[in-house]
Amino acid sequence: MHIPDGFLSTLVSVFLWIISAGVVACALRHLEKDLGERQVPLMGVLAAAIFAGQMLNFSVTGGTSGHLLGAALATILLGPWAAIIIMTSVVSIQALIFQDGGLLALGANLFNMAVIGVTVSYFVYTSIQKLARGKSGGIFVGGAAAAWFSIVIASLACALELALSGTSPANISVPAMGGIHMIIGIGEGLITVGALAFLYAARRDLLHLGQAAPQGGKAVWVGGLLIAGLLAVLSPLASAHPDGLEWVAEQKGFLDAARAPLYQIIPDYAFPGISNAALATIVAGILGMLLVFGVALSVAYMQRSKKA
Amino acid sequence: MHIHFLDPYRPRTSPVHALDPRVKLVLTLAYILTAALTPIAAWPVYILLFSIILSVEILSGLGVGFVLKRAALSLPFVLAALPVIFTNGGKALFSLPIGSWTLTVYAEGLGRFFSVALKSWLSVQAAIVLASSTPFPDLLQAMRAIRIPRLLVAIFGLMWRYLFVLVDEALRLMRARAARSGVIAETGHRSGGSVTWRAHVAGGMAGTLFLRAFDRSERIYLAMVSRGYDGEIRVLPMAAVGSLSWLVLGLGLFLLILLLLFGFFWG
Repeated sequence: MHIPDGFLSTLVSVFLWIISAGVVACALRHLEKDLGERQVPLMGVLAAAIFAGQMLNFSVTGGTSGHLLGAALATILLGPWAAIIIMTSVVSIQALIFQDGGLLALGANLFNMAVIGVTVSYFVYTSIQKLARGKSGGIFVGGAAAAWFSIVIASLACALELALSGTSPANISVPAMGGIHMIIGIGEGLITVGALAFLYAARRDLLHLGQAAPQGGKAVWVGGLLIAGLLAVLSPLASAHPDGLEWVAEQKGFLDAARAPLYQIIPDYAFPGISNAALATIVAGILGMLLVFGVALSVAYMQRSKKA
Repeated sequence: MHIHFLDPYRPRTSPVHALDPRVKLVLTLAYILTAALTPIAAWPVYILLFSIILSVEILSGLGVGFVLKRAALSLPFVLAALPVIFTNGGKALFSLPIGSWTLTVYAEGLGRFFSVALKSWLSVQAAIVLASSTPFPDLLQAMRAIRIPRLLVAIFGLMWRYLFVLVDEALRLMRARAARSGVIAETGHRSGGSVTWRAHVAGGMAGTLFLRAFDRSERIYLAMVSRGYDGEIRVLPMAAVGSLSWLVLGLGLFLLILLLLFGFFWG
């Protein structure tokens, strides 16, 4: 689900960067109030734990294996704001150091995995907790459902972002991404329940940690409800009417803006003497290519002669 | 502590390694942004962008093979863009009859697909060069310099410090599991238990890891407090960006803007 650079149009990337940055800033403010100076070691080490935890896999059949992503587990154990910061750290380090997901696409990846993953988990888990009225079964059913929904909804968002960027048509990307992640989500749900069962036996007090700091929890709950509802309605619509999403976007007049590089929006662009200009551009292109390849070659040559 | 297999940093003595990390971070981001802004099917610009990153790779002494091998790891995502070849309107190139289906390949879709693949391939190379030529602590300071919130950078730093400790912890857990119970399917061997049982075991391991990390963070916090920690991570300030680094930054940005203009006239 880590989108590399190049797959999203600049407008979609920048838009999601702004949203994610806003949510992360908000989460940082909440955390500072709740945890104070304690938060740096706690968040840092737990982010490292989630990163390492993603290595824990189990074989499903043949060569395939399922592994943990951790947004739901972090949300249940630490509350939404801390989970947003932890997932932000994990996803950012993955992009920056391990090239798992792009840097310009990082805004979108943060939006899918940190923002959507956490808010949807929070919404599903607390709703089921409320329905269960404090029975311990609520923890496990809620954990499994939160894990499954967080993965599936995030994958739908990912598919819609690709469709909006014109990289993958909605009627293919939505069922494909959604379908695969409905299966991956089961693995996530099973591991999350396993982890919760272990913690329930070993340190029951930790399971209530996430609810200890419910400041702004209502807003997250509503956000999760809105995101889950919107994506659950929007994606089948978009895939059933492949042009539906485009139609809406076109009505709003932002599809072209989303697809085109920013400066192609400049209207009525005309170049005098187009045939000559085209020829000139080709010649310039070839010359430029030769020039820069020449630079690359001479750099390589210099390096070699220095070693010799 | 040992040098961890996960750490992508490769120490070399090269001008790329020696460049100010702040300049390197900004140039990498600018390069990726340029690749993103370049119009679909502006092939000459892609070639120029490739020759730039190729020069940097050679200059860095990391080895072109090393970078390209790592870059190949991110290629599978290209599958997500594959359908666009067959659905994007415009001029039909040719049709492939598959059973009762016919797949029509469109020129515009093909151009879009290869543009996306190239952009992503170029961007990932830039990110690899950045990560392999810059030690992480320098990267943290560069992040501070481009105004990423202080708290977030401090958390990144602590995460990095304990990443390897906890990855080792996770590997120990997996070795213990491999020694005692359901081995991850090797060829010819069946894993123990049912799938749900295996998932439950993996979940228990995740819970254990979380618990150990939680306890560890408490100890780290107390250790930090006993050494005078008051909520502020203090680092030595970086030297001002040197005039040579400014020159490299200016030239790099100028080159990228030229490329963008070139792409603009082309597209």
